[in-house]
Amino acid sequence: MLKIGKYTFHSRLLLGTGKYPDFDIQKRAVEVSGAEILTFTVRRMNIFEPSQPNFLEKLNLENYSLLPNTAGAKCAQEAVRHAQLAKASGLCDMIKVEVIGCDKTLLPDPVETLKATEELIKEGFTVLPYTSDDVVLARRLEELGAHAIMPGASPIGSGQGIINPVNLRFIIEQTKVPVIVDAGIGSPSDASLAMELGADAVLLNTAVSSANDPVMMANAMRLAIEGGRFGYEAGRIPKKRYATASSPMEGMSV
Amino acid sequence: MELRINGQLVTVPESISTVLELIHHFNLENRMIIVEQNQTILEKKEHEITKVKNGDILELVQFVGGG
Repeated sequence: MLKIGKYTFHSRLLLGTGKYPDFDIQKRAVEVSGAEILTFTVRRMNIFEPSQPNFLEKLNLENYSLLPNTAGAKCAQEAVRHAQLAKASGLCDMIKVEVIGCDKTLLPDPVETLKATEELIKEGFTVLPYTSDDVVLARRLEELGAHAIMPGASPIGSGQGIINPVNLRFIIEQTKVPVIVDAGIGSPSDASLAMELGADAVLLNTAVSSANDPVMMANAMRLAIEGGRFGYEAGRIPKKRYATASSPMEGMSV
Repeated sequence: MELRINGQLVTVPESISTVLELIHHFNLENRMIIVEQNQTILEKKEHEITKVKNGDILELVQFVGGG
């Protein structure tokens, strides 16, 4: 079970909802993924086109927990406003704090992320900050009261997978709240590795939505995350330099 | 009455007096919509009782796909 603040989930896959080819594929991918938490963002509505469809309105929202993000915020103040706007919907009190500090890499601004996290915790949100894989920053966020820590595997949408498993493992080992690896996952094996390292969950979007077959990839990610988690709980064997026979050596001369 | 909605100057009938009536005017009543008026975010239950006046700055936002 994945416990984030006062919430409990069975699925360890959090799915983003951006960049799908169409709403039908998106809906099927969401269903196949088994995800219980869906991420969204807040944007201005086109008031002159009231008929434009919105995927969220096609979902039975009772089946999902909504995790709006503050994407687009460049400072803590903007992130807090995005969070407050999202909460005013009455649909969610969870918020993924995302304050981007570098346009080229989309890496988070650590100082503004800390400030926004602190403020939103004071305001009673369930706060999940997206951070770099910085071990000390993760600790600071947890000390502030963050309900989960979301270190990136590699830059958002890059599909590079886990580029620093050492740091991720350090964060996982020292953090008591859930660690959700977020951003940069490209393939099912990346997601599985995150889980084998001990992550509590994985958040991904582009790896599914931009796959040739998003629905099949959503299924692959679900299985990979389940497999990786089982592998972590089962405990892998230590790596050794030389071979160790699996078959018994006794009775060889028979 | 002139309002600034989502950054645009928009003229709406003087007969509109509340945020909810404004939402109806744009046929957005069935949409999931969040309203900020003059930098104050409104709860949904406040739409019906919150007055709109000339010169108000409004943000009408929604959830869209993202990760």
